[in-house]
Amino acid sequence: MSRKKNVRMPSGEVVPVVPDKLDPELFTVVGRNTARMESISRPSLTFWQDAWRRFKKNKPAFIGMILLALYIILAIFAPMLSKYSYTAMDAANRNAGPSLVHWLGCDDTGRDIWVRMWMGARVSLTVGFFAAFINAVVGAILGGLCGYYGGALDMIMMRIVDVLYGIPSLIITILVMVVVGRGVHTLIIAMCIIGWIGSCRFTRGEVYRLKNQDYVAAAKVLGVRDFIIIVRHIIPNIMGMLVTNLCMAIPGAIFQEAFLSYIGLGIAPPNCSWGILAKEGIKLLRVAPHQVLFTAFFICTTMLSLTMIGDGLRDAFDPRLRGTE
Amino acid sequence: MAENTNREKILELKNVVYSFHTYGGIVKAVRDVSFNLYQGEILGIVGESGCGKSVTAQCIMRLNPEPPGFFSSGEILYKGKDVCKMNHKELMELRGTEIGFIFQDPMTSLNPTMRVGKQIEEVFLHHKGMSAEEKKKRAIEVMQKVGISDAERRYKQYPHELSGGMKQRVMIAMALVGNPSVIICDEPTTSLDVTIEAQILELLLRLRKEFNTSIIMITHDLGVIAKLCDRVLVMYGGKIVERGKVQDIFYKTAHPYTQGLMNSIAGLETARDEKLSPIEGTPPDLFSPPKGCPFAARCEYAMKVCNKYPPARVQLTEEHSTSCWLTHELAPKQDLRSRNEKKKEALAARKTAEEKAGKKADSTDSKQEEAAGV
Amino acid sequence: MGKYIVKRVIAAVITLLVLITVVFFLVRLMPGEPFTSEKLNPIVKENMIKYYGFDKPLIVQYFQYLGNLLHGNLGYSMKFTNKTVNYIIGSTFPYSADLGLRALAIALAFGLLLGILAALNRGNKLDVFCVILAIIGTSIPDFIMGAFLQLVFGIKLKWLPVAQYTDFKHTILPSLSLAFYTMASVSRTMRASMLEVVQQDYIKTARAKGLSNLRITWKHQIRNAIMPVITIMGPTVAAVLTGTFVIESMYAVPGMGKYYVDSTNNNDYSMILGMTVFYGAFLIFCNLLVDILYGVVDPRVRVGK
Repeated sequence: MSRKKNVRMPSGEVVPVVPDKLDPELFTVVGRNTARMESISRPSLTFWQDAWRRFKKNKPAFIGMILLALYIILAIFAPMLSKYSYTAMDAANRNAGPSLVHWLGCDDTGRDIWVRMWMGARVSLTVGFFAAFINAVVGAILGGLCGYYGGALDMIMMRIVDVLYGIPSLIITILVMVVVGRGVHTLIIAMCIIGWIGSCRFTRGEVYRLKNQDYVAAAKVLGVRDFIIIVRHIIPNIMGMLVTNLCMAIPGAIFQEAFLSYIGLGIAPPNCSWGILAKEGIKLLRVAPHQVLFTAFFICTTMLSLTMIGDGLRDAFDPRLRGTE
Repeated sequence: MAENTNREKILELKNVVYSFHTYGGIVKAVRDVSFNLYQGEILGIVGESGCGKSVTAQCIMRLNPEPPGFFSSGEILYKGKDVCKMNHKELMELRGTEIGFIFQDPMTSLNPTMRVGKQIEEVFLHHKGMSAEEKKKRAIEVMQKVGISDAERRYKQYPHELSGGMKQRVMIAMALVGNPSVIICDEPTTSLDVTIEAQILELLLRLRKEFNTSIIMITHDLGVIAKLCDRVLVMYGGKIVERGKVQDIFYKTAHPYTQGLMNSIAGLETARDEKLSPIEGTPPDLFSPPKGCPFAARCEYAMKVCNKYPPARVQLTEEHSTSCWLTHELAPKQDLRSRNEKKKEALAARKTAEEKAGKKADSTDSKQEEAAGV
Repeated sequence: MGKYIVKRVIAAVITLLVLITVVFFLVRLMPGEPFTSEKLNPIVKENMIKYYGFDKPLIVQYFQYLGNLLHGNLGYSMKFTNKTVNYIIGSTFPYSADLGLRALAIALAFGLLLGILAALNRGNKLDVFCVILAIIGTSIPDFIMGAFLQLVFGIKLKWLPVAQYTDFKHTILPSLSLAFYTMASVSRTMRASMLEVVQQDYIKTARAKGLSNLRITWKHQIRNAIMPVITIMGPTVAAVLTGTFVIESMYAVPGMGKYYVDSTNNNDYSMILGMTVFYGAFLIFCNLLVDILYGVVDPRVRVGK
């Protein structure tokens, strides 16, 4: 019994009209179409390929990355290429506004702000990246060991971490700075003394969760060595989140450096950092507001870029968003 | 529609097309689905994950988030009123009191920060002017009815203090408390163990008997269907591919997909060393559904025509219909009954043959042979 | 609930004890002998020796210090001769607390409001506005915000005073400067959490019960979404508190933060020690309150595990 009317699909789908007479040839059995039946019409990508593909499509994150790269390049080369030194004073140009000679103007002792800005960027970015990186790595290793091996080590570490977590970290950082004195190295040390706690807690939780997943249990039953399990099953699964967390921690570290320098505990003058520039600029708020405005611009856009990159990474690594555009 | 019209139609879906906007484009989750639900019947919807059965159930109450979900066309008539055109207030009146919904996962379907009694009572919030005591009394009454022991105490507990089975009972109490005419169950027993499942199915049957409630049972478990339902819809790729009474679906299977489902479960006739045969492959991508029959790519009986044109719905008996090109007069005849069914028939045939031929033979003999045959 | 609170209190006390110990020995690690500086006023010196027991071994000094703390005695300032740290904290902390509380109230009220509004209007202009505001807000350190507000509203427009802290008008700029960053991060957290909760199954359950959108948002969505905001309350309080260090000196607020920063620059060791312990205790106390609040809001926390 052949159907004469064609089925109308109201969803806008084009549905072929079934002709009145069907060729008997059409009714030869062809069976399963093995090529098509497993067809998932999207290309299959590895985790990292997929993450990178989605990160590239995230415009704010991509712009943030370009801006950050530009700042890093400027921090490296701008002071070298300028004819001014960041310490050279010029009494004639005190508090001068931006001009072709001094691109961003001069401070109250006539030092060129363009050069000082990028010298400051060197310190701020170095401290920010290093402190965040050390914290992330130390925390991840300790947290990973605790989470994976558990037992007495985990018990003791977690009690310590719980107590340290309750201690306000900035207070300790301030105190350590008072004890060890000012400088770039001491700043990084001070920021790392209890800075690793957060990443340790996070990694431990994640590793502990992954360790109890069935696929890890399956690997263990198959007799796979711990090292291989960690490398094959654990690390690839937390790497995305660790990278994201690292990226999110950098603005915090830059912020802390600026804060410490601002309250006079970070870098010792005449060295400079963005925090010191902000402090000097704020003192001159009434006479030469451009100083603080330029500093603010660079600090804020750096933070913004890092936040954007962090958000982009988080979305790119989010397994729930995998495969989406 | 050739479906029986003597009974009272309570819910009617006509050519419903429901889609979702996603990043990748429009997903056509429900593609031209029509069916009726009658007073006091239990209708099963069966199909594998992603076939659109849950979306169908949820769009009856407009529970899918809109946007991204939207109706492309079709009507859903509840007691003659089109649900698709209802405003927020009408929907509020429909939900809870007219149609109750039991969700799949009781672990996540209860608000963790609210006492379960309060959650049950909330159904009354907009419906009846009841006093607080009346509400509480009614809630506890329903909790007892669904088999929650010590209901007074449970009333004050939080979801995390209850076991999975208890939580599902709370969910059922929530669906029942407003005395709805229709209850939609979206795989209510999937996350529960078998004993609890049996109790819950028992409870649903009792409810139907007591209140003549209509129930839509969504599941991928054919066992649940066999135990509970009067009629069954088999869904695949967003379409209903076969429908009929439970007996029709189980014993007179008329669609290769249904056959595949049947063959993938074990029956009493399945021999110990026999392999179950799953349906090979994965369901079609609903971003761009195939233009012919959605099942063609995985169907062992597929013909050229299946990939070219969509099959029309063909009425086999008054209640039983299928959408498959094999029903076409030019198509080769295939036996679509499930393997167990065929085996049962062969067994029966042999038995009768033996009985006919071997009245002289020993009855013990034939029994031994039969056992060996299985 | 009672058991939960007791547990949290014990944890807080242990944390405080560790903090005091760390701080005490850190200060004693400082280069030179901080308490025998030659510039020291003889009266102060006498007080110091009595207070810290310099003539005794270190461990005895430590317990003597603990004993003093137990009596609520925080020691003497070396810079402000004859003033006890208690006196300085007592006269300056009210200003800091006032500023901090105002900022916290602004940040929470507006942060939650913006976060909720953004999530409810997901994808439209209001949401975009809130998201941009939040991202910008979290990119501006509070001392820069302070400088900016001072420049615009104080120096250029001359609408509001920028120094002193006497009446309401004086409190506006400092508390806004302090609140902005926190407000942005609260609204970010709240928005994300609201969007997370709205996808939960129990929201669908609530809809299936025929509840109004208002009730679903209020009773089911916000109540659950607020949890992550409570978890960041500890760090938030800490952020506001450290923010006062710079905002106070910028707006000449006679608060404790200014003294603390000054003491770190003047190497006023005894004051650093006393004030650090006070700040630490204060923050630990705030964290304790947050923990208890969390237990009140989330019934799952109360039973432990």
